[in-house]
Amino acid sequence: MRTIDQTTQEILDLATKHFNVPVGTLAPDDDFFKKLGIDSLQTLELLSRIENHFNIELPDYEVQGVSDFRTLASRIQSRL
Amino acid sequence: MLDLSKYQSIGAALKDALDQFANQTCLIESDREREKERLTYRDFKNRAEPLAKMLQDANFRAADRGAIIMTNQSKWLISAYAILFCGGILVPLDYKLTPDEQWQLLAHSGARVLITEYPIWRQLAGSHGRSSATSLAHIYVTEAPASADLGGAQRWEDALSNVAPPVFGPRARKEVATIVYSSGTGGRPKGCMMTHENYLEQCVALTSLYPFAPGFRYLSILPTNHAIDFMVGFFGPFICGATVVHLRTLRPEFVREAFPKYKITYVSLVPLVLKNLQKGLQARFDALSPGKRKIFNGLVALNKALTKSQPRLGLSHLLLKQVHSGFGGELRAIIVGGAFTEPQTLQFFYDLGIPVANGYGLTEAGTAITVNDLRPFRADTVGKPLPGMEVRIVDPSPDGIGEISVRSKTVMSGYLNEPELTAETIVDGWLKTGDLGRFDPAGHLQLFGRKKNMIVTEEGKNIYPEDIEAVFESLPVKEFCVFAANYIWPQRTMVGEQLVLVIHVEPGQTVTEDLRQNISALNSRLLNYKRIHGIVLFEEDFPRTASLKIKRNILAEQLAQRDRAGAIQSL
Repeated sequence: MRTIDQTTQEILDLATKHFNVPVGTLAPDDDFFKKLGIDSLQTLELLSRIENHFNIELPDYEVQGVSDFRTLASRIQSRL
Repeated sequence: MLDLSKYQSIGAALKDALDQFANQTCLIESDREREKERLTYRDFKNRAEPLAKMLQDANFRAADRGAIIMTNQSKWLISAYAILFCGGILVPLDYKLTPDEQWQLLAHSGARVLITEYPIWRQLAGSHGRSSATSLAHIYVTEAPASADLGGAQRWEDALSNVAPPVFGPRARKEVATIVYSSGTGGRPKGCMMTHENYLEQCVALTSLYPFAPGFRYLSILPTNHAIDFMVGFFGPFICGATVVHLRTLRPEFVREAFPKYKITYVSLVPLVLKNLQKGLQARFDALSPGKRKIFNGLVALNKALTKSQPRLGLSHLLLKQVHSGFGGELRAIIVGGAFTEPQTLQFFYDLGIPVANGYGLTEAGTAITVNDLRPFRADTVGKPLPGMEVRIVDPSPDGIGEISVRSKTVMSGYLNEPELTAETIVDGWLKTGDLGRFDPAGHLQLFGRKKNMIVTEEGKNIYPEDIEAVFESLPVKEFCVFAANYIWPQRTMVGEQLVLVIHVEPGQTVTEDLRQNISALNSRLLNYKRIHGIVLFEEDFPRTASLKIKRNILAEQLAQRDRAGAIQSL
């Protein structure tokens, strides 16, 4: 079983790869819309990648209103 | 299709449609690869009428307001019909707003009833805004877990146990059917009061160009509270007996799969999504081997030549089978709206044999004012006025460009609780759109920017500069104000719109690097699409009214005296 810190780090790694930003750019409390300059559609693409990685299903409503990696990680953690 | 001229209200038309098309498939709901539900029009009626009865038992009467905050799903439409069946006024709200914003609009609309989904209700119930919606008497929540504490709300599904029939609430054409919030949620919500006549007339006009029929399948992606999806993803298909497909998961891969799986006939998208679709297709074409690419380009060129005067769907499907099978092979058109679409994107799809029904409209005018009739397709325009629309260009400049003004039975009756704003917007029956346009010799409308103080993003979000000023409140300057740059210095373009922060510093104060950094830091608190692009320094006191409100139009006129490029300092 992963710890929340591990889950958060794995999400940051996935986002780093997905959006092709330098390693170490992203931090848990970053607002991903602002930091990455992405729109909600691009966030959905990242979520698909996260689902495949953790082998879970995350309903769209679970991520409604979530904009930082830490909160996203806690939503995922609760489904692991 | 029902003959809508015979109907007084959208509720009455929908009621007949449910009987006339009883055995047709009405709704399909899918979650990822699983199909969750498939309802006929009879099934729809059997679910909606008990809900209407539950509303009536809770004393919900004709002209009472019933709000819906839900994602796109079958229960949205079932709930909307139940409200309209009772003769109620539907208030469709955006599920993407924050809970506080939703409470603000619930309070503003005077809704007596709210129908929402459990995950949304969880957020709403925990928000402080709840106390403001004093008129709200009943809340119905769908899909709540058995053990959930509903915080005073009732379960939507409890309605299904009702067996007694509800009583239909007749309405007249000129009465209000819906209150639709056309824009943001700043200090001044703009609730467009749309009448039954607005919808009945708009539906006749739109279906004359883009018809629905039993067996047609519309994929609903734009939020149903949006005027476009309400018309082409609910009312339009229903009165023609067509099918609406909802996806509970809007991930791009599931959306892509839905096209071939359900053989989609129409879909509506915002320009941003259309552009992403274009990028994806282009990448696939670029990956073809040189030989295949040459053949493909030849087929596209041939298709383009053969469809110059009008679309020939059968022929295009045959020529470019690979592309069309990816879309299910039965796609008649992609409807695009909410914001301006670049001609190059429209042409890309048309050349592939996929017509894009682009047009121009605003909620206040009942969705669409002009639509491309595809005869011939013109990517550089937003089409011709729909039947029943009178469109004129007011005070045109020598090159024919002026403000677009509209008169039609589809124009709203006014803004809720805003008689002054209504009187400024609708003058002698003509709706002033605030957009600049010109008719070309063939009668197609071309857009040339805005004269109103707002911008529209590619995602179709309307942003009013006034609404984002609160973020800069702590700024240590004498006064400031946010404008759309194109409002001050009109540009004849619909793309690249920007916001600027106008500041007037204290006497003796200068714009230091610290101040700039302060502005940048505050700016970064805003969502990307709401951020200001630059600052403009103003050396005098802002013109103000007796109640000390900034006279924005006068300030804009004073700023307009300056050269745009010199006045805006980039951040």
